[in-house]
Amino acid sequence: MSSEGFFAKRQKLSQPENHGDDSKPWVEKYRPKKLEDVTAQDHAVNVLKKTLQSANLPHMLFYGPPGTGKTSTILALTKELYGPALMKSRVLELNASDERGIAIVRDKIKSFARLTVSKPSQNDREKYPCPPYKIIILDEADSMTADAQSALRRTMENYSNVTRFCLICNYVTRIIDPLASRCSKFRFKPLDSSNALSRVQYVAKEERLQYDEHVLEKILDVSQGDLRRAIMLLQSTSKIVKHLDPPQITALTVDELAGTVPTELLNELVAKIATANLETIKINVREMIKSGWSGASVVNQLHHYYINSDQYSTAFKNKASWLIFDADSKLTNGSNEHIQLLNLAMKLADLYRKGL
Amino acid sequence: MTSIFYKDEVLLREFNTNWKAQLTGKMSLWVDKYRPKSLDALTHTPRLTHLLKSLSVEPRDLPHLLFYGPNGAGKKTRCMALLQSIFGSGVYKLKIDVRQFTTPSNRKLELNVVSSPYHLEITPSDMGNNDRIVIQELLKEVAQMEQVDFQTASGAETGGLAHRYKCVIINEADSLTRDAQAALRRTMEKYSRNIRFIMLCESMSSMIAPIKSRCLLVRTPAPTTQETADALVKVGGQEKVTVEDEAILNTIAESCDGNLRKALLTFESMALNNEMCLKSSTALIRADWVVVILKMANRILKDRSVSSLVECRATLYDLLAHCIPAKVIIQELAFALLDAIHNDNHKIAVVQWASVFDERLRLGNKPIYHLEGFIARVMCEVDG
Repeated sequence: MSSEGFFAKRQKLSQPENHGDDSKPWVEKYRPKKLEDVTAQDHAVNVLKKTLQSANLPHMLFYGPPGTGKTSTILALTKELYGPALMKSRVLELNASDERGIAIVRDKIKSFARLTVSKPSQNDREKYPCPPYKIIILDEADSMTADAQSALRRTMENYSNVTRFCLICNYVTRIIDPLASRCSKFRFKPLDSSNALSRVQYVAKEERLQYDEHVLEKILDVSQGDLRRAIMLLQSTSKIVKHLDPPQITALTVDELAGTVPTELLNELVAKIATANLETIKINVREMIKSGWSGASVVNQLHHYYINSDQYSTAFKNKASWLIFDADSKLTNGSNEHIQLLNLAMKLADLYRKGL
Repeated sequence: MTSIFYKDEVLLREFNTNWKAQLTGKMSLWVDKYRPKSLDALTHTPRLTHLLKSLSVEPRDLPHLLFYGPNGAGKKTRCMALLQSIFGSGVYKLKIDVRQFTTPSNRKLELNVVSSPYHLEITPSDMGNNDRIVIQELLKEVAQMEQVDFQTASGAETGGLAHRYKCVIINEADSLTRDAQAALRRTMEKYSRNIRFIMLCESMSSMIAPIKSRCLLVRTPAPTTQETADALVKVGGQEKVTVEDEAILNTIAESCDGNLRKALLTFESMALNNEMCLKSSTALIRADWVVVILKMANRILKDRSVSSLVECRATLYDLLAHCIPAKVIIQELAFALLDAIHNDNHKIAVVQWASVFDERLRLGNKPIYHLEGFIARVMCEVDG
């Protein structure tokens, strides 16, 4: 019964795909439709391709940083396995936006899991493999409670003749061991630059964008292997420059939208820290906070600067890393950006004072 | 008067719901009365205004937005101005609905949702720990609803563009719990046809990466002292305030540190207290609680003893009882101490302990321990 509501929702959603392309974010528009289109996850894709032929599939656990194609891969796989028509009755996709407490695991998931598989139509059978099992996709599984996860354990085994599970998460450590050991694990690594570049180039070509020479590299650099972020950024920048003449994407627009602190500002802060004058540091930090730069990205870029620079001794880098790690953890806990940033800057200055 | 500053968020929220009264210009604070209502009226940071304008040219593919910047920099104003330019002035016709939600443990929740025909607005801190439920229930309900295409009828106003989506403004998005943010992720992608999120937050550090990667990040810097003073001049002119010396405006602007809202509130109360006439000698009005904290900081540095700590405790309880949030107290106190101390080592120590206790404040749930701990620690550090 509960799964019925789900299917109704699916149908409603699949219908606009035909004519609503222009208002769609590019991340959705260019989501890979086939396994082959999935970029740079050769290991996972190869294994899954084999399952397309053999019709046997283990339970799966996909993990890796955001924007590496986990959800895309499984959606593409199900599409190739079942085709659009059969997908509705064979695939159940639940994510963190659905209620996934223990009650849901017991009712919704279990009742879907134990359904016998429906018979594919003649047409579908000719075009798609249509293996005799259903797939339950639990997206963002790391946000499920431990209780809900342990309720899954037996369900996974009991109905394994008709149902396969696919768990997707960012942090594999948040999945309880008994579940993890029931799945074959696939690690999705951050995209390396050449693969990501070709994908972004493809999108840019499809959308007929004009851009400066190194802009795409810059976008990828900023998004650090997160392809979704890169494509999002590309779309936003293209939107900003659309009404300019010529509609050229420049590195400056990218910087502005990505929320990264410009190098000049960062260098100024570093210089102030090096003088170890606490008053000027205080003023500088206050200016940064006032102009709205995000504390997290300042910390991130400071880290980048100190670690990559050659002019510091190993001992200094070590101490600086400790301070940065501390500041980052406190920021993530939601504490005040101004205080944390000031603390970090003053502590770094203190390192200089002690003559490291 | 005491509470006008720290309560300005609350006041704002109340006033937001009263836009109608404001539009007629009756009985409203200057802050609200002179709030720019369209993109063209925005004053500072032209770069940002330009960005928003280019977004509003083609409203069909508006991305999800995440505004970030310090308090009183104009995040909300910009967000509403953007909506106005897309949907027309209908966005200012607000009403409040009371929605009911049931948690899995069968507790009933009530939440005020401010909405116009084109958008709705929620503040997660209203719902405390249950924000995930609200995100799931409320937003999915909105998201799954197709907007009826009634804009074609009233097309004249909106330029005939049929926007099929509704906007959801999330105030103070940084106070959303991790769970709630995770719940947003797929909703943002899946229903992107029917729904657009505009999130406003002060600190981006507590936003999870997947949300950030789905949004267009919009940095909203605070106005400079000059820009603040200009805004004051403009308002002063319209309200017929006689300003004898412009230097006083600069003093106000500086004391408010880029918080335009605070500057306007201060300006208004100063003008009202001095019969609409400001001289360069007019005393700057500070909120009572700021003065109390300054005094406390001085006492901490002068008299470092157990008895002084006990007195501080009384003051702290008093502040907390007046609804000053503990995080504001610790920030003000730390910066007040920092200004009063001249020894570099002591300065570093004060900031260090402020950072430690500020974190504990967020993690724990009884603020008085951490505030007292901070004071005791500072006393020890200064004593050496």
